Amino acid sequence: MSLLSLEAIDVHYGDFQAIYALDLHIEEGETLAVIGANGAGKSTMLKTIAGLLTPTSGSVVFEGRDISRTPPFKRVPMGIALTPEGRKIFRSLTIEENLKVGAHAKRPGPWDLAKIYEAFPLVADRKDRLGVNLSGGEQQAAAIARALMSNPRLLLLDEVSLGLAPVVVEQIYDALPAITAQGTTVLVVEQDVNQSMKVADRVQCLLEGRTVLEGAPANLSRDEIAAAYFGI
Amino acid sequence: MQWLNAVIQGVLLGGLYALLAAGLSLMFGVMRIVNLAHGVLAMVAAYLGFIFVNNMGVPWYLAILIVVPIMALVGYALQWGLFNRALSKGGLAPLLVAFGLAVVLTQLLQEIFTADNRRIQIGELGTASIQITDSIYLGWFPIITFIVAVLIIAGVQLFLNRTPLGRAMRAASDDPDTVKLMGIDNRRVYALSTALALATVGLAGMFIGMKTQFSPTYGDLVLIFAFEAVIIGGLGSLWGTLAGGIVLGVAQAVGSQINPSYGLLIGNLVFLAILAFRPQGLFPKAVTT
Repeated sequence: MSLLSLEAIDVHYGDFQAIYALDLHIEEGETLAVIGANGAGKSTMLKTIAGLLTPTSGSVVFEGRDISRTPPFKRVPMGIALTPEGRKIFRSLTIEENLKVGAHAKRPGPWDLAKIYEAFPLVADRKDRLGVNLSGGEQQAAAIARALMSNPRLLLLDEVSLGLAPVVVEQIYDALPAITAQGTTVLVVEQDVNQSMKVADRVQCLLEGRTVLEGAPANLSRDEIAAAYFGI
Repeated sequence: MQWLNAVIQGVLLGGLYALLAAGLSLMFGVMRIVNLAHGVLAMVAAYLGFIFVNNMGVPWYLAILIVVPIMALVGYALQWGLFNRALSKGGLAPLLVAFGLAVVLTQLLQEIFTADNRRIQIGELGTASIQITDSIYLGWFPIITFIVAVLIIAGVQLFLNRTPLGRAMRAASDDPDTVKLMGIDNRRVYALSTALALATVGLAGMFIGMKTQFSPTYGDLVLIFAFEAVIIGGLGSLWGTLAGGIVLGVAQAVGSQINPSYGLLIGNLVFLAILAFRPQGLFPKAVTT
């Protein structure tokens, strides 16, 4: 049984359909990268998994349970955590307070403040700063750390590299092995194909709300990926 | 000496205004709800106190212990049943709902209690005072009010700064959608925020009812004082609200010293001056959101 399955989900924003009968399966302990151009439906898919959006048909199944209509705040205690696009760090809270809010669900697990500070020295350095006073890279690291504080079984990372300098993106992805080493399943959504190919066990490419290519990075050629990514 | 006396009386009065304003500040801070029913809700608490103390003979301090939890429950129910629904309909809806609530509650109080002036009886405490110098006497009741107000404001601020629920309230204020991703039900956080806000309103309403004559429409004046205290102090911090309440109280007391009919006028003028020359208030929050 997969940890998470999307079974033929359709997702709409009002009249606009963003996702068409999408299937996706992720096994426990796996790192899956979902890639695709702007507007491919990647972020929409993550929001649907986290519960911010509800599919208009099809179902979201987590550990064998249909959670399609479960509100987002009840999915966190089940072990689903999303690092949202744009980081969404609480601006008037310090970084440490942000992390504590992340631990609100009190899920037991390997991550606590001490462990986080060990794995993310950048976050440890800035722990007393207000969220509003952080750089983009610091916010991204803090947002991932905050999601980890809920000790998720499934960590959803949305556009980690967006708007960040390549060297900063490198630093953040360097922390990923420490996360997967805890057995955490990771679903990464990226526009940066190279970065996601490096970290993922499996890649799934979306185009206009549908899966167009799927496989292990080693088995996919650059041309295949480019064709799928751009739909040519 | 009479001026110093006026200032001291004003400071003590300001504590009550700050307590009154704390709930307004909290509801705006967490949910961006401008609660126009704030004043009349303070009157609801005062009338509840009136029933317990004057009609049933409960001592005033016990009546407070009964009224405050009742108001907290009312707050939870109001937020859950009314304001949460209104919030999902956009920014103007909660304002209109609060306005409607204020009208309904005012009429309801008039229907039940008539428009007569009432006062919660506190017996000798109302006139007991302590002599500070030859010409300065401080009433025990204003002193108690001030101390309670400062303790409650400090307590609420500490609660917001230090507890998990307080953090959740501040986080929900920053970004209501993202708190859901932290496993927090923001509707429940809102309901608890309004419960806390109305608990402070209940306490303030009781103190107003013991301090002065009130009627159902007195809530309008109370609402204005609360607004003035919040805006003078600056949005976002309860310490600012305390300072704002004290500035307003001192302005009114000094105004009354100049001429007994100038109290409200001078208070309003100081408020307008702050609005004109320092619209962010005396102690605005460091972070702009």
